[in-house]
Amino acid sequence: MKLKQLEGYLGEVAAFKNPKVQLEQYPTTAHLAARVLYTAESTFGDIDGKAVVDLGCGCGMLSIAAAMMGACSVVGIDVDSDALEIAQENIEEFEVEEVVELMQASLCHEAASAGSLELDNQLVTPMKGKFDTAILNPPFGTKPGNKGIDVLFLQAACSMATGAVYSLHKTSTRDYLVKKAESWGFECDVLAELKFDVPMMYKFHKKKAVDIEVDLLRLQPKRKQV
Amino acid sequence: MRLITHNMLKCHVKNCDNPDKQFPLRFKGAELEQVEAERNDEFLVRMIPRLDWRALLVTAKELGIELPENIPEDPENDDAFLQALHTAILETHVKEGTMVCNGCNHEYKITKGIPNMLLAEHEI
Repeated sequence: MKLKQLEGYLGEVAAFKNPKVQLEQYPTTAHLAARVLYTAESTFGDIDGKAVVDLGCGCGMLSIAAAMMGACSVVGIDVDSDALEIAQENIEEFEVEEVVELMQASLCHEAASAGSLELDNQLVTPMKGKFDTAILNPPFGTKPGNKGIDVLFLQAACSMATGAVYSLHKTSTRDYLVKKAESWGFECDVLAELKFDVPMMYKFHKKKAVDIEVDLLRLQPKRKQV
Repeated sequence: MRLITHNMLKCHVKNCDNPDKQFPLRFKGAELEQVEAERNDEFLVRMIPRLDWRALLVTAKELGIELPENIPEDPENDDAFLQALHTAILETHVKEGTMVCNGCNHEYKITKGIPNMLLAEHEI
């Protein structure tokens, strides 16, 4: 499928009806999802015939894009029932039920030392290495109590996928994430620098639209040095 | 939810840690739907080592799904095996029901094909 075609189809994916501030629910645009999945497949061959996981899938935009680019199996995981309801409708609209399934789960919980988050290892560890590729547009951790959630999502993705991880993060966190990736045994490349145009979706947004600088990262396990 | 995914779900309630009991989760009142999917043999063969075969057999028996006891030496050339595997893990969808932990009895609901792995605060 061509990029423009993919973007055209994804334009029909329904978005959040009542986005929740605390969960940082912003729709991934068709434009962005098309580019991420098209690049992942045409440049790297990471999608066609692969097992893909979409962490924080929201309304399923990335999952559906993965199915359209030939993934054999896609699992979209999100914490929110309302988002998953819309994702399920999208899956049916796009007739990708044979490939895409959803799961309601929280990847993180409050650590014993309250005020910080940690991964729910009992949930995440059994999923280690079960997927080829992970794709995610994770919450950035800008809401109270969510600090560091972006890193935890990325860490979970690196654990679940044996191959590549495609994720979106604030450019301001780039250096920190590259170091983190290295500590997990991953190389991290910046595939693109983007601007997220966050329109006035919530009442507290004063400006019409805000541009956040965002990196599209591709992580892959480091090749062992012989 | 397909069985390929059920095969990676363990009970994660706090202090539930008997590996024999917390996996696989036992189905209760499962409503199944077969959804035909295109078969990709390369994909199936690649997934085999990632499956917990023992657990998959337990679950397949529970649900009345046909699955050979043993993985053949040469799965890529065993059409019957691949077809049975494909049907079991990719075409069998659990639409409704519950998954029960044999260790702590916690129940995870499945609604409209979506398993709910969320826990109450005291279970985290």
